[in-house]
Amino acid sequence: MARGSMDVATVRVLAARDVTRFFRQPSRVIGALAQPILFWLVIGSGFQGSFRLPGAEGLGYMQYFFPGVVTMVLLFSAIFATITVIEDRKEGFLQCVLAGPGSRLSVVVGKALGASAIALLQASLFLLFAPLAGVTASSLSLPLLLSVMALTALALTAVGVSLAWWVQSSAGYHAVMSLLLIPMWVLSGAMFPVRGAGPVLQALMYVNPMRFAVEGMRRALYGDAVAASVGGAASALVEVGALGLFAVVFFALATVSVSRRP
Amino acid sequence: MPLLRLEGLRKTFRGRVALDGLSLRVEEGEVFGLLGPNGAGKSTAFQLLAGLLKADTGRVYLEGRQVGLDDAALRSRMGVVFQRGSLDEHLTARENLMLGARLYAVPHAQAKVRVEEMLGWMGFSDRADERVAGWSGGMRRRLELARALVHGPRILLLDEPTQGLDEASFRSFWKHLGQLRAAGGLTVLLTSHRADEAALCTRLAVLDKGKLVACDTPDALVSRVGGDIVTVEASAPEEVAAGLSEVLGVSAEVVEGRVVVEAGSGHALIPRLVEAFPAGRLASVSLRRPTLADVFLKLTGHALGADQPAEPPATRRRR
Repeated sequence: MARGSMDVATVRVLAARDVTRFFRQPSRVIGALAQPILFWLVIGSGFQGSFRLPGAEGLGYMQYFFPGVVTMVLLFSAIFATITVIEDRKEGFLQCVLAGPGSRLSVVVGKALGASAIALLQASLFLLFAPLAGVTASSLSLPLLLSVMALTALALTAVGVSLAWWVQSSAGYHAVMSLLLIPMWVLSGAMFPVRGAGPVLQALMYVNPMRFAVEGMRRALYGDAVAASVGGAASALVEVGALGLFAVVFFALATVSVSRRP
Repeated sequence: MPLLRLEGLRKTFRGRVALDGLSLRVEEGEVFGLLGPNGAGKSTAFQLLAGLLKADTGRVYLEGRQVGLDDAALRSRMGVVFQRGSLDEHLTARENLMLGARLYAVPHAQAKVRVEEMLGWMGFSDRADERVAGWSGGMRRRLELARALVHGPRILLLDEPTQGLDEASFRSFWKHLGQLRAAGGLTVLLTSHRADEAALCTRLAVLDKGKLVACDTPDALVSRVGGDIVTVEASAPEEVAAGLSEVLGVSAEVVEGRVVVEAGSGHALIPRLVEAFPAGRLASVSLRRPTLADVFLKLTGHALGADQPAEPPATRRRR
């Protein structure tokens, strides 16, 4: 049989398996929803009184922070979903996939699609709180929101697969996460705007690909005017394009990882 | 034309040669064994054939056509059972089999039929909806075998398939393999370091230090030893071995603390042997027909049970 149909089969089997396993662990479902709500309420209301963004005086911190929390939901669920790569290796399951007829790329895509589906599901649940964060039907752009979320989920799960492939234990993965992924999130404009930061931080934030996720989501939720007043990328096209590039680069990296190490 | 032909398969790990130019022909319908102690290169050969490692050099032919080890044509015709389990513990037996079938793109309706067939054949029909986390080693190994076969492969690749199984599970596993062979159309390729398991193969490749040292049927290999094996236990085995060659003119070796003599006729040797030493020097004398373990000893100079320097596991990072 042709390689193409084998690749499709591998992608489907792996993606469906991860989603099935996710729903068999109720603690993961609840934790994934409760944690961002708590985060948003506590940090958001904590900064609410002292946060003033020049040029965007009408924007409260609860609103400013909301797209950042959605990005965090995507990041965390992508991380936890790709930790299964390490578990699959430890439990031996990965062997039977690698010995199977699918290409290495199909293994990456299958893992990333499964993890992305879980991440998108969790983020969508959190988005039910959007009206409380001042998102209105007129400010919301659903097509942009969905494209930004989907591309972010794919890019982050590809990052997750690339990292998880080389890390021996989930403890090691947690270390990588707190040294690399959490700082990336903090410097994405999720917690504070680029404009107010010092020159070094500003430079780091400027090249951080995760900022396009936060900026794109802010634009999709609150509209162009708010996005422009906070600062950042000039248009939705730039944000979607940058996220697309981010996803492609990390899919390529993940595929290289998976073909280089058995 | 052989079903599978390997030509000069070579693999090194950081300069250490794990497999040194393995060439083999496996004919359709064979149960072909790779025999050797741990570290002989058979696990490396298995991982290459399973597509988990890439060979440094060498060629593989499937029915005369050269294929890469990661070629979908080769991979989809092969079913693999790993020494370390590879089932999904969170899934049920039925789900594991279904996953195995779907991974090889078996259409859904056909996969369902195959899965039920496999469950019935292994006697798991009434436990099919249990998660496999709680299953015994023997049951899991049989489920692994069923999953490796569910897509209808032509080649079944097994890595130490009965390692760690008790006698009953060992027999059950080989009974199922025997039924498969009888049904026809399946070629089995397995690694083993057990002489009793190797004796069940139709042909054997004996590996030592990454090299192929012999390749023949078990009977032909055993006949290379010829005669009988006389084993002597004594408190000073080295002295007894020296005395044997001096007094009786037979060559004796000390293996794992015992004196081993290969004799044309054990019956004729034993009375002379016992008389050659004063009473009390020998603790026991035994006579048996040679086994594949003796063949291995004769071919390589060391015992099959002994470990050679370990190969790096497949999960180690490669440079």
